[in-house]
Amino acid sequence: MRALTWHGKHDVRVETVDDPEILNPRDAIIRVTSTAICGSDLHLYDGYIPTMRKGDILGHEFMGEVVETGSGSTLEKGQRVVVPFTIACGGCFHCSKHQYSACDNGNPADNQDIAMELYGQPMSGLFGYSHMTGGYAGGQAEYVRVPFSDVGPIVVPDGIDDDEVLFLSDILPTGWMAAENAQIEPGDTVAIWGCGPVGLFAVQSAMLMGAERVIAIDHFPRRLELARRFGAETINFEETRTYEALMEMTGGIGPDAVIDAVGLEAHGFFVDNVIDQIKASTFLGTDRTHAIRQAIVACRKGGRVSMPAVYGGMVDKFPLGALMEKGLTLKTGQTHVQHYMPGLLSAVMEGKIDTTFLISHRLPLERAPDGYRMFHDDQDEVTKVVLKPGMH
Amino acid sequence: MNDHHRQDRGDDAPPATSKQRDDALDEVAGGAVEPKGDSLTGRTVTINRPRAEVYAYWRDFATLPTFMDNVERVDRIDEKRSHWVVKAPAGRTVEWDSVITEEREGETIAWASTEGADVPNSGRIDFRDAPGGRGTQVTATIVYDPPAGAVGKLIAKIFQREPAIQARRDLRRFKQLMETGEIATAARTRKQFEEEA
Repeated sequence: MRALTWHGKHDVRVETVDDPEILNPRDAIIRVTSTAICGSDLHLYDGYIPTMRKGDILGHEFMGEVVETGSGSTLEKGQRVVVPFTIACGGCFHCSKHQYSACDNGNPADNQDIAMELYGQPMSGLFGYSHMTGGYAGGQAEYVRVPFSDVGPIVVPDGIDDDEVLFLSDILPTGWMAAENAQIEPGDTVAIWGCGPVGLFAVQSAMLMGAERVIAIDHFPRRLELARRFGAETINFEETRTYEALMEMTGGIGPDAVIDAVGLEAHGFFVDNVIDQIKASTFLGTDRTHAIRQAIVACRKGGRVSMPAVYGGMVDKFPLGALMEKGLTLKTGQTHVQHYMPGLLSAVMEGKIDTTFLISHRLPLERAPDGYRMFHDDQDEVTKVVLKPGMH
Repeated sequence: MNDHHRQDRGDDAPPATSKQRDDALDEVAGGAVEPKGDSLTGRTVTINRPRAEVYAYWRDFATLPTFMDNVERVDRIDEKRSHWVVKAPAGRTVEWDSVITEEREGETIAWASTEGADVPNSGRIDFRDAPGGRGTQVTATIVYDPPAGAVGKLIAKIFQREPAIQARRDLRRFKQLMETGEIATAARTRKQFEEEA
């Protein structure tokens, strides 16, 4: 089959590799019909994530048709499914609590050691996202082996287009969980850093959850325009002093809840950010964290901090004092995709959530390296790249 | 409850977590093993399955190689005795007979290798109900006595430095098998899968 493989910083290629096979009873093989490039794939592309190996197949947002099933799979050949990016077993304590991204068993035993050293306990496996999270081949390929296929993939009806449901695999549930973690109450003002796909879905979700105002922060005009479309007010941090603006816009109180949907590659030339950039490039620290610092400082006293953004390692100059003194609540984590999929599929089918607005480019799988370059170089124009293995 | 937990120490932590490695080894092995670095390993895993089921799977020694990576096979000799063949570096294997020294249905299996073992070892597996209805806590405590000499050094490489990692990974695989019915693999093809094994 053809697949997008990683070879190093800014070096991804479409190559011919062996087709996946059923290896465990609960496996299924999916023929991919649509797969997206995620903002977090850019962290791999930029070489920020350790434990990558040459030849790794990327991609964790994908859907397709079931073409083969193991004896323990509940799927049937021919079904259309969207696959969650988190690989969860359904049988451990965490899965029983619907904390799917904390699954004990989705990550193979040998690959759990690194995460155990870094984080204390290993997290679930993820598709196409380094060997620390399992070393699973990803979905930017013609076919994928999907483990625990009786727990993860959700079957979608034939009448609905790929583009409408593809994002159930990651960014839609991630945006939704970000808003849920902000514990929104009626009358709340919610500030969201980053109007990438997760931020934009968080805007929609926060509105649906009853936020009175949503303030979206970015520096890409087109993305701010999309946020405005869903009822958000906007701050362009290149033109405006964000903290001062947030204080003024909230009558001197600060936002009730703040959401960091930016993560470890925060843009912008701020002093702390430049220091982080130097450190990251010399492996002294892996995370660049301007957005979360500002979010914590701007958040009102007793407010809530939701952090869907991806961080991997250690940071310093973290405003722990502000977090403590103001009595903030911090909620975060990789998305428990399986928990949110059924409800969000209904919401999409009922037209409550718009997903297709996001897609700016549709490319054949063969052009995936172009997709990465475009997404990396022009984040204003390129909001989401969807790859179609069947397209020529 | 491990009876040896509290002897001569001021807390309730398991002996394998003690900073005084030699004292902890003495406590577990009763002076039978001369301390040589890291020869005591202890690991606990919580498995979301009933204790009787977890115990029964383990007690059937012949199935242990399913999840114990470096164990090639375990042959049953009789109700108490089994013969172990374990992979060693450079394509070699080491072997020994093992005898059950203590057994309490659903709670404990303790063993010791018999005279003439390539790598003398002993240990115990304890099974307890996890609090909060979370299944079973399985604790493996292993003491081994690596031989001296050149071969000993090779063997020590897996048995003295790696056993903590090996035990941790084996217990994770055991947990996967009990909780999910299979052992997770990231391999894509049968060929990759077999290279990993």
